[in-house]
Amino acid sequence: MSAPRAFPHRHSGHCETGTLGALLRDRGLDLSEPLWFGVGSGLFFLHTGLLKVGGLPVTAYRVAPLAIVRAATRRLGIRMRYERFRDAETATRRLEELLSQGLAVGLQTCVYWLPYFPSTMRFQFNGHNLVAFARDDAGYWLSDTVFEEVVHCAPEALVRARFARGAFAPRGLLYYPESIPDDPDIEDAIRAGIRSTCRQMLDIPLLPVGVRGIRALGRDIGRWPARLGVDRARAQVAQIVRMQEEIGTGGAGFRFLFAAFLAEAGLRLVLPALQDLSREMTAIGDEWRQFALVGAHICKGTRTDADAYGELAAFLAQLAGREERLFRALRAAI
Amino acid sequence: MKAHEVPQDDSVLEGRRRACYALDAQGHYVVVASRGWEVERIVNEHARDALREELEAVRLQVLAGKVSALAYHMTVCQMDYRLLAANTGLSRFRVRRHLRPKVFARLSHAVLERYAHAFGLSVAELARLPGLGG
Repeated sequence: MSAPRAFPHRHSGHCETGTLGALLRDRGLDLSEPLWFGVGSGLFFLHTGLLKVGGLPVTAYRVAPLAIVRAATRRLGIRMRYERFRDAETATRRLEELLSQGLAVGLQTCVYWLPYFPSTMRFQFNGHNLVAFARDDAGYWLSDTVFEEVVHCAPEALVRARFARGAFAPRGLLYYPESIPDDPDIEDAIRAGIRSTCRQMLDIPLLPVGVRGIRALGRDIGRWPARLGVDRARAQVAQIVRMQEEIGTGGAGFRFLFAAFLAEAGLRLVLPALQDLSREMTAIGDEWRQFALVGAHICKGTRTDADAYGELAAFLAQLAGREERLFRALRAAI
Repeated sequence: MKAHEVPQDDSVLEGRRRACYALDAQGHYVVVASRGWEVERIVNEHARDALREELEAVRLQVLAGKVSALAYHMTVCQMDYRLLAANTGLSRFRVRRHLRPKVFARLSHAVLERYAHAFGLSVAELARLPGLGG
């Protein structure tokens, strides 16, 4: 079985930047995933024990779904159209109409209902982005950029994934570029993306966001075993590590993506200083992986000593310091 | 991370590969496909073990007649009563009531159909638990 039309699918690190990149590449604007990520200011951190969801403190490694798409397209002067629907029939009709015109469209979906996902990774999460680019008798052809190849999906499954309810309910959301400038000012967009990332990581007042969020998690995590007991503490560590590494939306993966962005930005803006910062960001990403490794040992029960949590706390304190210095230097460099 | 350090452990991806950004020999960032990382497997298993334990506890409660089969399917789909209410369009209050076996047994076909649809099951499957043989 092969797709009725060619689509410039590219294997990507993050679903949202992958989807956005693929939609624009299909329309002739071919930019790298790191560039979309940097221009869209994808790097973020929030941790607060004051607010709880499902009994767990809130830790976010990423901005809200579609925030990258909105920020990146705005900075490049691309006009996007977003459509949400009240019912599945209208949403399906609209999708088919756009596909029959030869357009590719971005969709927001719930991972749990996508049959081509590995069973181990099917969790209720409504913020997964992918591209639908063709229809045949049996279903839809999707470019889900976290996979290596395009996939085929049965219509009922896609409807379910588009109309799952709960937090970040997609309500059938579809989106596509309406107009793309002939000569977008990429350098200017890069500067805007960097400035905004620095703001997110350094300047948000009052809230434990950015490097202060990383510090807040560091202070909290050391107290978990005493305050919550061994089992709960372990469950929360598992959750943290899953969000940053397994689900692939934060932690080291995002640091490497941002490091790649800095390297590309350094070339485009002719600022050699950004190459040094890119190398430092890579080193920071490596350290996030070490943090995840210690966390995994705690989950597995191969580290049961109280020191292990202290070690996690020390990692985070150090990471917060390094990231703070990096973003200050980055702001000064542009 | 260097390209040759990208982990290739058989992990949660079931043979698929994820895209990782890593440095090639010249120090340029490239995309390297990874079969997975041991760390992901450990934390993923931790999460799935918790789901399995919860499901088994609910199954025993259903068998003991303490909660309705609805609770079982809800847990399979990783939903709580709030999310189930949102997915069926029923009120949270009604969903909680329907978790009681006696109330569940008297539900109309129309309501059962809404639940079945939310779980991706047939109405007949809704009343059964796997391993109960009917």
